Amino acid sequence: MTVTTTPQRDTLPARAPTAAAGQQRRRGRLKEALWGYAFIAPTGLGIAVFYLWPVLQTAYFSLTEWGAFGGHTWTGLDNYRRLSSDPEVGRALVNTLTYTGLGLLSIPLAIGFAVLLNRKGMRFVGFYRTLFFLPVVTMPVAIAMVWRWLYNGDYGLTNYLLSLIGIDGPNWVADPATALYALVVVGVWSSVGYNLIIFLAGLQAIPKEYYEAAAIDGAGPFRQFISVTLPLLSPTAFFVSVVSVIGSLQLFDLVYVMAGSGAGARANPAFPRLETVVQLFYDRAFVTNDRGYAAAIVMMLLLVIVVLTAVQFRFQKRWVHYA
Amino acid sequence: MRKNLGVHTILIAAALAMVAPFGWQIVTSLKSLSNATKVPPSLLPEGRWDNYGKVFDVLPFGHQFLNTVLMAGLRTIGQVLFCSMAAYAFARLRFPGRNVLFGILLSVLMVPPQLFIIPQYQIISSLGWLNSLQALVVPGLFSAFGVFLLRQFFLGLPKELEEAAAIDGAGPVRIYWSIVLPLARPGLVALALLVLLWSWNDLFWPLVVNTDPGKMTLSAGLASLQGQFQTDYPVLMAGSLLASLPIIAVFTVLQRQFIQGIATSGIKG
Repeated sequence: MTVTTTPQRDTLPARAPTAAAGQQRRRGRLKEALWGYAFIAPTGLGIAVFYLWPVLQTAYFSLTEWGAFGGHTWTGLDNYRRLSSDPEVGRALVNTLTYTGLGLLSIPLAIGFAVLLNRKGMRFVGFYRTLFFLPVVTMPVAIAMVWRWLYNGDYGLTNYLLSLIGIDGPNWVADPATALYALVVVGVWSSVGYNLIIFLAGLQAIPKEYYEAAAIDGAGPFRQFISVTLPLLSPTAFFVSVVSVIGSLQLFDLVYVMAGSGAGARANPAFPRLETVVQLFYDRAFVTNDRGYAAAIVMMLLLVIVVLTAVQFRFQKRWVHYA
Repeated sequence: MRKNLGVHTILIAAALAMVAPFGWQIVTSLKSLSNATKVPPSLLPEGRWDNYGKVFDVLPFGHQFLNTVLMAGLRTIGQVLFCSMAAYAFARLRFPGRNVLFGILLSVLMVPPQLFIIPQYQIISSLGWLNSLQALVVPGLFSAFGVFLLRQFFLGLPKELEEAAAIDGAGPVRIYWSIVLPLARPGLVALALLVLLWSWNDLFWPLVVNTDPGKMTLSAGLASLQGQFQTDYPVLMAGSLLASLPIIAVFTVLQRQFIQGIATSGIKG
């Protein structure tokens, strides 16, 4: 996304610099400034109270320990020390990173489908687009319910279909070996339509002349895809990858429904393979009321997001081509 | 069609994979529990429409539906109004500190939302708003993203009309309301649809602030059913279908604007 700098608004044509005109202009400026503040006031105050102040508070909370009755005491870096040696945090982090990495599979898939939809003379594009987009608009909780049922070890359709070709499927989300991958499938399935839309917009922005020039040079469709489409689509791919990584690192809804939370979820043998960082945060902040520790967990998440985003920006020179 | 036959085959297969889970959801929602748990499963629905009625027995579905409508509706109206005001000021009015304030606003965009939640919860709780509509709505009225999206949009609008109105003596309120807002309609619609979509589907915040079943939203209500000992899957399928249907209906009608909104904003909820 590009941030355009505000073009300076030209005032009315300059008049002769008389004292009266100068005063009038100053008054006009003052009025404009006051209106400016008035217009940003509701959002400004709301953001300050509900977003900016909370960031500072969370940072502060992460250095405190919460008592059973709501008070909190300063404990310095204790929470962070505890964090670094907590195996559950480590596990949640590895799960989240694995999910995030594998979730990027949605990008090549989306590019593939977008290229097919963007072919010359392609029909029913709107129809396909709608079907791919359906999982994007559907409530994630509802999606998780459906997939939990599809993955059911006894009555699930997935295992039935596998049995038709002679495969004895596992109990997908209750089996530590498959649980996380089963989740990745749902994640990719539900995000491919979203990425497809962005890539389609990116493809349509590529000037036709590039393809004509490539064709004149004797490039076939495959060659054109490699030498024209992919490089010119790389800024879009970079953007999608940054946004996807940030989104995947915050995974919660799907796991919350598919794995559950609290004591019931811990009975699931696959729970250690499913728990994500945000889920652990939810558990500590609102189930066990260990808010200082929860704040430290979410500060760690912020750090991971910042680092992974910075790494992506650093490596973009290697593969992103800006025309 | 004939020319792209191979391509269509691939796309149809993929599209089927996209909708098949929903198809199975519909089929299951129309089965009895005993039929739904039969091995091998029957691929045909039964006509057990009463599962849809049972949704109202296992959950205060009507209340939760209303909560969700009010939450999503009020957040949408509030954000479109407040964000468009701020975006207009940032795009067109000059005041000291404008760039610094806008920079601070952008920095909020980069923070993961979980970072706000414990203090937000405390504010809501100390106001005595837990288990209320205000709890669901109020923090969602303000959005750095909305201001950013609309400001980008406003910057792209031609300035001539506004300047003409200013010469005729129209003040900022007048210009905002009768010139900028009508011109910016596509941008406003895009933001409104995105806010509506995210609010309708939101789980984390409603789950945290409203724990009384009658005050929950649909997503939290449905999630509260999972893991319960005897899960009646056909009823659950009916419930989750009913809960996601309204937003799917809105999407189907306003597809073009939806997709435009996603493609131009590019931000995921």
